[in-house]
Amino acid sequence: MSKRRSLTEAQCVSLAQKLLRERLCHQKLPDRPLALDSQYKHLLELLRRTAVHGESNSVLIVGPRGSGKTMLLGCVLRELMSLKEAQKNVLLVELNGLLQTDDKIALKEITRQLHLENVVGDKVFGSFAENLAFLLEALKKGDKSSSRPVVFVLDEFDLFAHHKNQTLLYNLLDVSQSAQTPVAVLGLTCRLDVLELLEKRVKSRFSHRQIHLFSSLSFAQYVDAVRAQLSLPPDFPDPKFSDAWNHSVTKLCEEKSVEEILRRHFNSSKDFRSLHSLLFLSVSRVSVSHSTLHEADLLEASRLISADSKAIILHGLSILELCLIIAMKHLNDTYDGEPFNFQMVHNEFKKFIQRKSHSIHKFEKPVVMKAFEHLLQLELVRPVDSGVCKVQREYQLMRLMLEHGQVMEALQRYPQCPTDVKQWALSAFA
Amino acid sequence: MSRYITRLRMRRTYKWNGRPVGEDRKLKRKYYESMSISVEGKTEDATVSSGQYILIEGDDDDNPFVAQLHKLYTDDSGKKKTAVVQWFVRMCEVPQNKRKLLGRDPHPQEIFFYQDRSCDNEVDGETILGAVQIEYVPAENSFPEGKSKDILFVKLLWDTKSFKALDPELMQPPQSPKSPPPSSRGPQTRALPTPDLSVMKRAMSGTLTRGSMSTGKMNSSEAESLHSASKLSAAKALSAKRRSRASSGPHVRKKLDLCSPTKNVSRDDVLGEILDEHTEKTLTSKLNTSPTGRISISIRLTPLNLNEEERVFPLSSHSPDKPKLTAHDKDDATSVFLGVQSIGDDDPDSLINTSRTPRKREATPRRAGLRGLKARTPSRRKDSAALREPALAALAEEEHEDSPIQTAATPRSKRKSAQLVSSRIRKQLNVLGNKVDRLSDGDDDDDCFIPTKTDLQSSSDEEEEAKIDSEDELIVKKRRGSRTPRSTEKTRVTARTPRKTPIKKTAPATPRTPRHATPSIPSRSAPARKPGNVLEEARARLHVSSVPESLPCREQEFQDIYNFVESKVIDGTGGCMYISGVPGTGKTATVHEVVRSLQQSAEQDEIPHFHFIEINGMKMTDPHQAYVQILQKLTDQKATPDHAAALLEKRFSAPAPKKETTVLLVDELDLLWTRKQNVMYNLFDWPTRRNARLVVLTIANTMDLPERIMINRVASRLGLTRMSFQPYTFKQLQQIITSRLNRVKAFEEDALQLVSRKVAALSGDARRCLDICRRATEICEHSGSQKNGSGLVGMSHVMEALDEMFSSSYIAAIRCASVQEQLFLRAVIAEFRRLGLEEATFQQVFVQHQALCRVEGLQPVSVSEGLAVCQRLGSCRLLLLEGSRLDLFLRIRLNVSQDDVLYALKAD
Repeated sequence: MSKRRSLTEAQCVSLAQKLLRERLCHQKLPDRPLALDSQYKHLLELLRRTAVHGESNSVLIVGPRGSGKTMLLGCVLRELMSLKEAQKNVLLVELNGLLQTDDKIALKEITRQLHLENVVGDKVFGSFAENLAFLLEALKKGDKSSSRPVVFVLDEFDLFAHHKNQTLLYNLLDVSQSAQTPVAVLGLTCRLDVLELLEKRVKSRFSHRQIHLFSSLSFAQYVDAVRAQLSLPPDFPDPKFSDAWNHSVTKLCEEKSVEEILRRHFNSSKDFRSLHSLLFLSVSRVSVSHSTLHEADLLEASRLISADSKAIILHGLSILELCLIIAMKHLNDTYDGEPFNFQMVHNEFKKFIQRKSHSIHKFEKPVVMKAFEHLLQLELVRPVDSGVCKVQREYQLMRLMLEHGQVMEALQRYPQCPTDVKQWALSAFA
Repeated sequence: MSRYITRLRMRRTYKWNGRPVGEDRKLKRKYYESMSISVEGKTEDATVSSGQYILIEGDDDDNPFVAQLHKLYTDDSGKKKTAVVQWFVRMCEVPQNKRKLLGRDPHPQEIFFYQDRSCDNEVDGETILGAVQIEYVPAENSFPEGKSKDILFVKLLWDTKSFKALDPELMQPPQSPKSPPPSSRGPQTRALPTPDLSVMKRAMSGTLTRGSMSTGKMNSSEAESLHSASKLSAAKALSAKRRSRASSGPHVRKKLDLCSPTKNVSRDDVLGEILDEHTEKTLTSKLNTSPTGRISISIRLTPLNLNEEERVFPLSSHSPDKPKLTAHDKDDATSVFLGVQSIGDDDPDSLINTSRTPRKREATPRRAGLRGLKARTPSRRKDSAALREPALAALAEEEHEDSPIQTAATPRSKRKSAQLVSSRIRKQLNVLGNKVDRLSDGDDDDDCFIPTKTDLQSSSDEEEEAKIDSEDELIVKKRRGSRTPRSTEKTRVTARTPRKTPIKKTAPATPRTPRHATPSIPSRSAPARKPGNVLEEARARLHVSSVPESLPCREQEFQDIYNFVESKVIDGTGGCMYISGVPGTGKTATVHEVVRSLQQSAEQDEIPHFHFIEINGMKMTDPHQAYVQILQKLTDQKATPDHAAALLEKRFSAPAPKKETTVLLVDELDLLWTRKQNVMYNLFDWPTRRNARLVVLTIANTMDLPERIMINRVASRLGLTRMSFQPYTFKQLQQIITSRLNRVKAFEEDALQLVSRKVAALSGDARRCLDICRRATEICEHSGSQKNGSGLVGMSHVMEALDEMFSSSYIAAIRCASVQEQLFLRAVIAEFRRLGLEEATFQQVFVQHQALCRVEGLQPVSVSEGLAVCQRLGSCRLLLLEGSRLDLFLRIRLNVSQDDVLYALKAD
């Protein structure tokens, strides 16, 4: 034990990092879902009744992405399985609308996960129709008191609604509304209008229970959550290190600049997934020589996250390409967003070379064309409609996929940008 | 067993072996001892002789029908070979829903002695495939191991209702194969000894007549009367003999056959012969029209009250324990005559006869039957022999005398209108019949020789009639339905006797499928917990799945569907019905309820048995799977859709003696739509077939489905029997909840009313209503722990539940959105206002968004962040986004009304 207590600092750092990464990458469920107590109770109670009383239910868990639907369900199922009564009885079937893209695949998956008798090894035999008939027969044979209840988890529930005739949903919900094997159908979705996707018969069979996960966090709670997320648990092997770490985290959260960063994040999105990615980036910067989290880490992480992807691409362009972008921007300003073609851009560029440029050489047209095509490849420029190929390349209509502001910002930051180019960009008239 | 070669592959020739062993001159039949069957390409011939067990060509090439050969004969032309057999059934021929009655797994080689008088037992001799070996296994023994695959075992008896132990004696051929057929008037018949009583008794019980026959009481009474016959007065003896003969009476039955119109040319001669032989006062006096004028004009409607009328008559009669069915057979000949001449007069009895006539006509030779055959014991032969003796004229007379009584035995009109009444009457009959039975017992012998007692009827007949009533009707229906005019295609029909469809087991689509996989969910370790408190109890009762004791508020619909199906089942006809209504109005539940109660009455023998199958358009992957599912539920075989369609087509168009009515429920009909609509077409066309006996109930949501999606020929076949389930009104919903709760006091009155009014206003969907109530009990349970409460679900709980289920979540979602998301929504609205359109590109909105950010004093977001915000709103469907690959030119629309957005943002 004494050995463990005197862990080297390096070990402590790596251990802390491992712990935090696990937490931030969703590998570990939190002990208790944050700020979702009522939903947690509701869902747990519902599933408990299915497991214990054999009551069939159907419920939708609706919430925006990253609001903790899967986490909530995971916590509930964990608690449910810790009940002795449920543990031995409940069968769990997990489906995902992105994986089971049609009913045929979904049925095979259900059959496989239920280990029905037409499963050999890991393979399900039989045609689609046979599988459906088999599954329905199996479910029909059960009854409320003697069969093991089945919990169906349908992730991305809305995608199941796009299956042909909604056969799977109809049948699952029909089972949940009739005296057959007890089932609980849990749908997870981020679409608020998911019920409108259901066909009227399917809809009628759905119990219309919805659990909404809307985070109503205030900023103070948000900061608290950040602190909790970054703190090391009390059972950390090296209490000295963890105390120091936790202290630094508390202090960090009180700092003005950090609060500003967090506020900005909070304003942008309240969900924890984006917060986690911010924290993850900052935690990754911790090293032995840099054993506590600093303000700078968060700042850097925030900068990385909120950086504009296109502005970054613009930094990598050549001067010629940048000039073409500026020419296009001027064309956009002149013609109020109407599409342009290469010839127009070239003309604009030529005008600039002739009149204002001092530092830039005159380029041959093919060279300019090559630069233009590079922009096309980067998708900074896009053809208006790709379908028309008959037009010569020079005259194909294009659009600039950049905002005015993005161009200006890129120019500001562009390393060693010629002054005349900058001025040209800033001038109202070409 | 596939080695039994069928007609498809092999041609067989049939030859009589030796000389005829006997001849029936009246019937112009020659009886043979055995027949040899030679198969093309095989050297040795197979020989089958009376008493042997044979295989008869059937539906299924792998499983031919099994029977015991009783007699072989040919008609005078010598062309048609007919065999009289006792059927055995395989497990696969037993209706699926009855198989569980066996209570164990059937042995693969097990067969059952088939006891059903409704089944035709004459088959075309040329359908015989060959001999087979059958062993009787006593009921308590297990099946012998290690025997050849070709030996079949018989252990039990199947009387279409239940499995019973089989008396090994039944397995004995009715007479020694060497002895001549009963109707031949050889001198040796007279020399036969007096019937042994036990044999007699066995013969009686084996007549396979009615359900009542199988009861021990009846048997013993019969035996008793027989016994007494031996020592009591001559009259009694005669009547006893007659009775025993009646229970077997092939002779008279054959006469009946002759009378039927489809019988061969010699009919008239035979009639004359019968008349000559049995000249009898009553008969001749009534026979004022020519005997040949009969059947075609003899069909008449029988008044409904006939039964009652008859009951009112003094029910003095003989032989209370007369075996019914044979009685019919016996007097058939007479009844035909009576029926003919009595048209126009009001003699109730003749009415009965006439009403019976069509049935008889259809019954024709093959009807002959299981009945009687078994009873072909020496005693009977003696009887018939005695009958021929001129000295026993009285006997002949008596035979006619007692016929009217027997005629009255089936005094039931088969028309459906009569059925409703008669079913009600039946109960009274049971009571009354009992009384009269005792009465008539006494004056058994007194009345014996009153010749003109045509208007009387045997009270016991009446009583038994009441019992077997429905069963009898079933048979009648079967006859009626399953015969095609015989005169035209006699041979062909006989050739296929119990024709269904030639069934070839097709291999399942993927042969690797584990074949014996049983679909089941493993059972749980401990049984589910029962509801503990009032609220839990209420919740269990309110669950949609709990089957209510009754279906309130659908009485009218229930009655209509009930009447429809019942009349079709009783008539043995077919028909379609279309039921429409929005989801959750109890369509399927009502139909199930109807079927449940019909099945109950079928159990009690009030109506004929029927087969109920259900398919659901939603529960199949493709409309054509409907065929597969129907076939599987009907016959438990798998087939491809095309093959299944062909098999069903054959099944529903071919006549078959053993067929029961099929009630088919097609739920979610609209999903069976195909471009050519052939599935729908077939479903509606089959019931119109003569022999189909198919009742199709279809359910869909829209009232005008037939007009909207069906082409004319389909809609026309669906017919106009339609029913529409209206959405429930709030009163009905309230009643439904109240009846479900059934005195479990869990809800406040007002709360119930609120729920039902709210649901009725929105959809009238009972499921919704129940779900809300269920949710309300949950809310009550949670809040109840905190505060007082009466423990009842009150207004506040219901309100909360309603809110949860009906309120739109958009506003809550907007309120909980992040600042940037809210800003973006505002930017969208601002841009819409600027453009005057309901659509904008992301670029346009983003400009607005940045402006708003500045106004709000927030740091403007980058394009990437803005796009992320936009996508988040899009994934919640607050915004509708189009063409995400268009990047800046992504088109944005609102999925919520602008007012809602503004409302949600303002209240913030």
